[in-house]
Order: sequence, then C-alpha cells, then structure tokens
Amino acid sequence: MARVGVFICHCGENIAGTVDVNAVAKAALDMPGVVHAIEYKYMCSDPGQTMLKDAIAEKKLDGVVVAACSPRMHEPTFRRTAEEGGLNPYQCEMANLREHCSWVHEKAPPTTDKAIDLVRLQVEKVKRNHPLKPIRVPITKKALVLGGGIAGIQAALDIANTGSPVLLVEKSPSIGGHMSQLSETFPTLDCSQCILTPRMVEAARHANITLYTYSELEKLEGFIGNFKATIRKKARKIDEKLCNGCGVCQQKCPVKKIPDEFNEGLSNRAAIYVPFPQAVPNKPVIDLANCTYYKTGKCKACEKLCPTKAIRFDQEDQIEVHDIGAVVLATGYKTMPVSNFSEYGYGKYKDVIDGMKFERLASASGPTGGAIRRPSDGNAPQHVVFIACAGSRDRLKGVPYCSKICCMYTAKHAMLYQHKVHGGTATVFYMDVRAAGKNYDEFVRRAVEDDGVKYVRGRVSRVYEDNGQLVVKGVDTLLGGEQVEIRADMVVLATAVQAQDGAEELAQTLHVSYDPYKFFAEAHPKLRPVETNTAGIFLAGACQAPRDIPETVAQASGAAVKVAGLFSQPELTREPIIAVVDRQPPPVFSHCVGCFLCKSACPYQAIEEESIKNRQGDVLKVVAKVNPGLCQGCGTCVSTCRTKAIDLQGFSNEQVFAELMCI
Amino acid sequence: MSSLKVGYYPGCSLVGSSRDFAESLHAVAEALSIELCEIPEWNCCGASSGHMIDHLVSIALPINVLLKARKAGMEQVMAPCASCYNRLATASHEVATSAKTRQQVEEVLQTKIDKLPKVMNVIELLAQVADSIGPKVTKKFEQTVACYYGCLLVRPAKVTGFDKTEDPVEMDKLVAAVGGKPIDWNFKTECCGASFSISRTCVVGRLGAKIMKDAIDRKAEAIVVACPMCHSNLDLRRGEVNRHMEKATDVPVLFITQVIGLALGIPEKKLGLARHFVPVKFPAKPVATQVVQ
Amino acid sequence: MSHSLAARLEKEDEVSVADCYQCGKCTAGCPAAEDMDVAPSQVVRLLQTESPKHEERALKSMAIWMCIGCETCVTRCPQEVDLPRTMDFLRQESLARNLANQDADDVVAFHKSFLKSVEKAGRLFEFGMVGDYKLRTGHLFKDLGIAPTMFFKGKLGLLPHGGANKREVAEIFARARAAKKESQT
Repeated sequence: MARVGVFICHCGENIAGTVDVNAVAKAALDMPGVVHAIEYKYMCSDPGQTMLKDAIAEKKLDGVVVAACSPRMHEPTFRRTAEEGGLNPYQCEMANLREHCSWVHEKAPPTTDKAIDLVRLQVEKVKRNHPLKPIRVPITKKALVLGGGIAGIQAALDIANTGSPVLLVEKSPSIGGHMSQLSETFPTLDCSQCILTPRMVEAARHANITLYTYSELEKLEGFIGNFKATIRKKARKIDEKLCNGCGVCQQKCPVKKIPDEFNEGLSNRAAIYVPFPQAVPNKPVIDLANCTYYKTGKCKACEKLCPTKAIRFDQEDQIEVHDIGAVVLATGYKTMPVSNFSEYGYGKYKDVIDGMKFERLASASGPTGGAIRRPSDGNAPQHVVFIACAGSRDRLKGVPYCSKICCMYTAKHAMLYQHKVHGGTATVFYMDVRAAGKNYDEFVRRAVEDDGVKYVRGRVSRVYEDNGQLVVKGVDTLLGGEQVEIRADMVVLATAVQAQDGAEELAQTLHVSYDPYKFFAEAHPKLRPVETNTAGIFLAGACQAPRDIPETVAQASGAAVKVAGLFSQPELTREPIIAVVDRQPPPVFSHCVGCFLCKSACPYQAIEEESIKNRQGDVLKVVAKVNPGLCQGCGTCVSTCRTKAIDLQGFSNEQVFAELMCI
Repeated sequence: MSSLKVGYYPGCSLVGSSRDFAESLHAVAEALSIELCEIPEWNCCGASSGHMIDHLVSIALPINVLLKARKAGMEQVMAPCASCYNRLATASHEVATSAKTRQQVEEVLQTKIDKLPKVMNVIELLAQVADSIGPKVTKKFEQTVACYYGCLLVRPAKVTGFDKTEDPVEMDKLVAAVGGKPIDWNFKTECCGASFSISRTCVVGRLGAKIMKDAIDRKAEAIVVACPMCHSNLDLRRGEVNRHMEKATDVPVLFITQVIGLALGIPEKKLGLARHFVPVKFPAKPVATQVVQ
Repeated sequence: MSHSLAARLEKEDEVSVADCYQCGKCTAGCPAAEDMDVAPSQVVRLLQTESPKHEERALKSMAIWMCIGCETCVTRCPQEVDLPRTMDFLRQESLARNLANQDADDVVAFHKSFLKSVEKAGRLFEFGMVGDYKLRTGHLFKDLGIAPTMFFKGKLGLLPHGGANKREVAEIFARARAAKKESQT
C-alpha cells in the first residue's frame, strides 16, 4: 500500500497569496494513498526540510510530493533531503504550484482547484515511481583546448598545472592569436608580445601540453568525460624535427608579394613563411595556394637550399583520433572589415584603416618598426581621426551590441600616436566612453588631459578622399550639433568585434548553441558563464562575447577549474532519467523489432544497435540500445516507438498516463 | 528585334521645363525598340511639396497614377524623373507596409488597392537593354564624365532597392558602354538643393558649386544626370552656381538619354541639346600627329 | 503623455524617436545643416523630452523648413530613425497650428503654390505656379532675368497642360482635406 506524504509550500505570499493552501492540504489527505499532508511557509528552508525528513521517518513514507515552486528551482534540493531522510531521491516529485498556478492566475476558487489537481497528478505519479540509481560513467582525464590565443593558452596552462594532459589545437601555424598582433595593451601600455611570449613558450614546453598548430578539429563524438576528437594536422610540408628555424627558405623563396596576414596586409611575405619572428613553434609552413611548385610544378628553391633537408613536398595531412574528457572553446574573434563601411569608402581608401592595422603600425616589430606611417605614401600623418563605434551599436549594420574594447583601444591608439608623432593632432569621434574596468577611466582621462587628444562627441557621417587627404564629416553634439569637418591624413576605424569566421560551423560540429551573432552561448548568462548547454564543453574568451584580456584570462581560468573539477572525480554521476529498451525472456528477448525509428529521431545520437546473440555467437535479433552516458531523457524515442519497447525511467508511460487520467 | 513594352509616367517636369529629357528619352527609346506606353490621364505625383505639407495627398496622388497604369494592363511603370520615381515607389511601399495608410488612401480614392505595377527608374530601364546599345553605337561618346546620381534614385534603400547608396555604378556602366570615361568622384549622391530652386536659390548655388568643384577638380568634361531637378539646378541655375564658385565653369550637364542618343548618332536637335542653358560643347581632343615620310 | 508629438508620431507614422541615441550622424552629413537654427539631431531631441515647451521650439524652427528631403540622414542613421518622415510630420503640424517660422514664408509659399497648381489642373502648371508664388511672397522680380531665355528655349510653357482628369484630382484633395478635419475633431 502506498504511503505518500504531501508537503505544500506557501512560498511566502507567492503561492499562499493566490492559492488556498489549507484547502489543498485538506484535499490531499483525501487522495488515495496519501497518509500525511501539511502546509508550511517555506519548505526549502532548514525547518521545512527537517519537517520533510522527520515525516518520512515517522510516517514511514514511501513517496513524497512537494507542492511548491518549479522543479527547476528546487528539485535537487528536495531530492537530496528525501535521500537524507532515507528515501530514494527519485521517489520525491514536485508539483509546481507557483510558475504553473499562483503566478499565472488570479486569486479565485478555480485557482485553488487547479492547485489541487496539480497535487493529485503528482501523487498518482509518485505512487508509480521506482527507485532509481544514478548512472556512473568513467572519465577520460585529458582535455582538448580549441584555439591557441591568450584564452586557450591560459586555459591549457591552468589545466596542465593540475596534472591533466591537454591538447592545444590552433588553426594557424603559430599560437598567440590576436594578442600577439597588438603593440601595447591597456591600461598599462605593456608591450603585448613581451607579456604574451613567455606564456606561449611555457605552453609549448609544458610536459602536459601537446601543441597541435596548423591543425583543426574535424569531428567530435561522444559525451562528457568520453569524447572522441578527430584532429586534422594540416601538412606544413616541413619535417618539424629536422627544421632548425634558420629562415633561409623564406629569404630565397621567389614568391615574395603575398599580403602578410599577421601584418594586416601592410607588408608582404613569401609562399613559405613563419607568421612572425616570435612564432611558437618557430617552424615555417608552405602556402599551397601561392607556391610556384604547387601551381606549376617548377621551383623547389627551398628544398634545394634548406641546410637540414627539412622540406617535404609530399607530406600529407594527418588525421589523429584522441579520447578526450572535456573541451574548452577558445576560438576568439574577428573584427568587421573596413569594406563593410559604404559611407567610409567601401575599403578603397588606403589611409582609412582599422584598429588592428594601427596596432601593426604602432608595433615595434611591425612593418614600420613602430612608426606611424600612412599606408598610401609612407609619410607620417599629421592629423589623425579616430572613429569609435564603427559598426557597433549599429542596427543598420546588423551589430546592435557594444563591442566593449574599442573605447579603450581607441584611447590607447590616440595616446600612442601622440607619443610617436609629436605635434600631430588626434581627434576621437565618440558617442560614449565605456571604460568600466580597473584603472580604465583614468587611462582615458590621461589621453585627454595629459596627451592632448581631442574628444568630439558625435558620429562621423562620411569620409572621402580629396587630393591625398581624407575629408571627415563629423559633428559636435555637445556644441548643439555643430558640423565638424576635418581634413585628416589618416582615419582609424574602431570596427565592431564579431564572431570568428567558421564559428557557426564549429558550433554545429560540437553541438553547441550560439546566438544570432554566432557567439557561442553560455549555459546561463549570470551564473554559468563558462559552461555551454552541452555537458563537457566549456567557454573561454571572446568566442562567447567581446571582451578584453583581463576578463579573458579570468574566464579561461574559470573554464579550466570546471575541467579540473570534472577530472577530480573518480567517475561521472549522471541523472538516471534516461530511456531504456526493454528486455523480455526468450523467445521474445525484447519488444523492440529493430526498426530504429528511435535512432533517427534521437537528437543526441544516443541510440545504438545491439545484437542479441545465443551461446554459439549467432545473432538472434538486432535491437536498439540506449547509451546511458549520452541520453538526455527527452523522450522523443518513446513517442516514436511503435511497439512501446522503449520507455523513460522516471517518466514512464504508466506514470505519465496516470497523471493524464487525473485531469 | 523584339520591342520592350513598358508603362511610361512622364511626370510634370518632362512635359514642362525638362522637355529636353523627354525628347532625348523618346529618341533613344525609338532607336532601342522600347515602346513607352504613356499612362492615360496621369496626374501629378505631388513631388516634394506633396509629402512635405500634405502626407495623405502625397500618397494618394501616386497611387492614383499606379492604379490607372494597372487598369491599362501595365505590369511595370518607368518614371524618368527621379522625384516621380521616388514618390511612386514610396507610395507603393507605404500602402504595402502600413494597413492604416492603405485604408486611408482607399477612402480618399474610393477604391480598393490591389496589386500595383512595379516601379522603375530610367537607368533600370536602360540597363535592361544595355546589351543592345553597344552594337548600335556609331559615334563613341569619348568624354571624361562625372555621373551624378543625386538623392532620390538611390535613397532610401528600402524603398528604391536600386544600386549602392554611397557609390552607385549603374549609370557609370551605361556611360562606359557608349565609350565614355566615368570618373570616380566624391559627390555622386550629394544633394543639389532640389526644390529650393525657386524659394532658396542660394542654397542650390552653394550645394551645386560643391558638386561642380569636385567634378572639375577630377577633370570631368561633362556631368551626366538622370533627374530633371538635378539638371535644372546645375544647368539652368548655372549663374547662381557660378556665383558660389572661385572660378566660373562652363562644363555642360547632359541627361543620360542625351549621352546615349549622341553615341547612337541621333542628331543634337532631336535630343534637345539646344535647350540647355550651358552650351553643350567639349574640349577638342588632340589630333594624332602623322609622321611625314 | 499620449498626446505628445512623439506619441502621435509613433501612432500615426510608426516612427519612434526613442530609438535615437543622439549620436549626431544625421547632422554630420546633412547638406542643409548650416542653414538650420536647430540641428536635425536636436530636432529629434526636442521631441524626445515630450515637453510642450520643447515641442513648440521644434514647430517654430527654421530647421524643418530648410530640410531639403534628401534622405541622407535616414540612410546613415545607425538606429534607422525615419527623420525625413519626422520632418514631414512637423511641417504639417506646424502649419496646422499656425506656428510656421515667418522667415520661412517663401518656402511655405512655394509648397502651397505648387499644390494649388496641381489641385487646379491635375498637373503642375509651372508658369502659373511661379506666378502664384510671386503674388504670395511679393518677390515679383525673381528670376525675371532667366525668364526670356527659358521661354526661347521652350522651357516656359505659357498655358497649362491638359491630360489629367481634373475633377478626379480635385476630389482627391477635397477628400483628403475632409479626412484630416475628421481626425482632428
């Protein structure tokens, strides 16, 4: 005989203000199987929980219904309490009297009637609940970090330092990311590469980190703690063990006019190249699309001249498959191209550049040795206009969000320009100055108060070229909307931060959600910023949203701790609310007929085929099998099964129909 | 040669002070086998003054025109005047997107508004037959030309859906097709002052001077337009424009239809060139010297 | 609040001035801004506060009459605020309340002469329109210099054109007038 206890929560006035909780308790006592029914102000509080535990013992309850808020709030709380009271946690159910009742209806008798019905539903269900045991799954204690920028490097180092091995996969030939392209970083004006390269080297040398540069993730299968990652190591056409980084190949390569990506097209590189002098690893790669040998079959100068005979034209891409326990996504960002700006010349004016190009000009290791020069004629610009919010906060351009970092880097650029070109004038056209970090606002004030940068509040309507100079048509809104026209030698656009190219495809490969702007989605915007909704995949850095370096590093460490936390457990415990294919005695073996409609319907690829064999090894029947590690308990398979061979533990057909019959 | 038939909305300026546009349009249409079917009993579209002081009238008048075109069986209507084109397109867009406006206009016109003909401008029409122009060119129009689009052909983009709003190229392509050299310049879509021609002529002078200066600085030998207001402001109002320029200029302003007409060998008189205030003449091209043996 | 110009603009023309974050890009690119007493972005600001004092300033401004209607502002506005439509609304409201700035009398006169000519004949009669304009404004000698040239070049028709259905057009104007009166009562 069932012995169910019903506990009705007032939730302060949230429920009791609209539902007659006393009437519900009274009605519950009349329900078949209910031997105990009370109401209390706050069931989730300490006294409330003690009440629950005591009642289980005193009344020898074998099922408990807590009628309160949404199970999304407190199901884990009450299940744990029930367990402490001696019940199997899955014999505790919640009736949602708040989000499903008191919060959506007026205070009236029908509302109380509905509350009573909701309780009745859960009583009928819990009478049919079975005790369930959590599922234990082994964990592969190896992490995969996708992206070798500062976010990926930090996450990899932190995970590696906890003792777990890490694979750091980077698409380009070297790690470092955008941070390696920056000249100085705000608010300290530290040389970016100086603070980054030690980390890059540490990552390369760390015993627990394996670097996969010029590599990409092709496929990720499996589930948390048990992933299988297929990595493609693209062929550099170099034997990395023989190459000593002498650089002769780059000097002697006849193809020299390829726009250098690292220098944002301000200089050229050869067809065989190392992206930048501090690259890690410092090994070249051959750009097949531009190599004369691959295009015409002639040349091979590098091969002839390489002193260690390290060139390997016949090298193939290699595919490696690794068992992984967790993935950290750290693939970074890109900036909106200047060609997107119709009113600023569609990218045809050489001296209208973006922030990244300015960084390369300002960088001591850049194409001009750190001197600010016009790309058109190489002269030092005497008047520079910086346009903030170029493309950001701009519904028309499809980017309604703020890119967060531009106010700070624009101030930085203006300051660097003033430091390097004495007597030059820098004008910043802005809408607001967003400098919310530590020492950030003081940094911007330095630009204005110490370095004489002119800040004009207003957006620029148009930039066009006239006689070698750029005519900038802006406005000063603080002066009542006075038009401001400046003839500048250079215009620097602080272009919007956008999701990396290929982010959408990568998200789909990993089954990770993303937002309309292709930034990866966090599990909860406030409380779970480094996790995704895909268990075992974590986020770090700008691939989730525009952010600066301190936040990126903090977030990367946060993601690392989540991975370390996962790896610190001997096994993974998962909720047993999963689908199960039934088994019957011979000759039926199972009601499953092997149609596998469930397999094609399953959104999580959690259904496999299983051969039922006899003792001789002959296959008697091929049936469906649910992988308990992957199954998320959505129930799609249950609805597709024609023979009702598959059922959901904890939400069985019997239990659900019993609920329905109450309405 | 199959002829392209299209509904034709001349607009008040083409039957008025911009006869030269109409003349050259008809001449070119004939040469290119385009049949212009004038909308019967068409009325004024209301132009700028309409929408500036009477919104309902400014939508009702163009819709009335489009309904007449529909009734006459026309699927598309070409309006050579940029302002008429913009008003027809805007009115069409508004009744399609605002149920309220649609209802108000239906009450004023005392009729239901169903599907309306598609509206296009003169450049779109010529672009449709662009391939047939090249072979018919008898005298290449070899001048350096600044193609001036003005405001209402390209803006606002969600109404016109025509060309790029900041650096349009469709007229440049047509000029190039007849041998011209269109220049890259900065004032392609900068306003000329439009309907201030009469009430604030000085504004037209100031804005027109900016346009002329940029074109002349870049060695333009002619300005080519596709709008009677732009033409009027840069040609008829040249006196005022010159008053705002450091150095007076005599660079002529031609309609795109006149440029194509000249290239097709149509006589100047038929193209209305004599009606211009600024005489249409071009600097003499240097003649190749012959080596005497 | 629901009777403010901003609320009416939203209701009647579906333009939301709240969308404007006062970046000034419209003013920066406006060809007529130097002729305006209030910058275009400021005209929007005067409506955002929903204060009658500010609204009156907008309605009495020269700015709304110096706007050329070139549509540059809305083409570049990052928030896609329909400023040309707002200007149309303010001009009509200004006339309805008799608040039009006197220095803009000639501009107003031009528009009125234009529409009067269209109402009468169904199509614009340029010569007649100019004549009406001169009588309204007293600028009797304007453009007399170019008139003969225009005439001899065939650009000055001395008679109105036929062709339109005059009665139909007159009815359009009359019904529009009636509809406006009805919405105001």
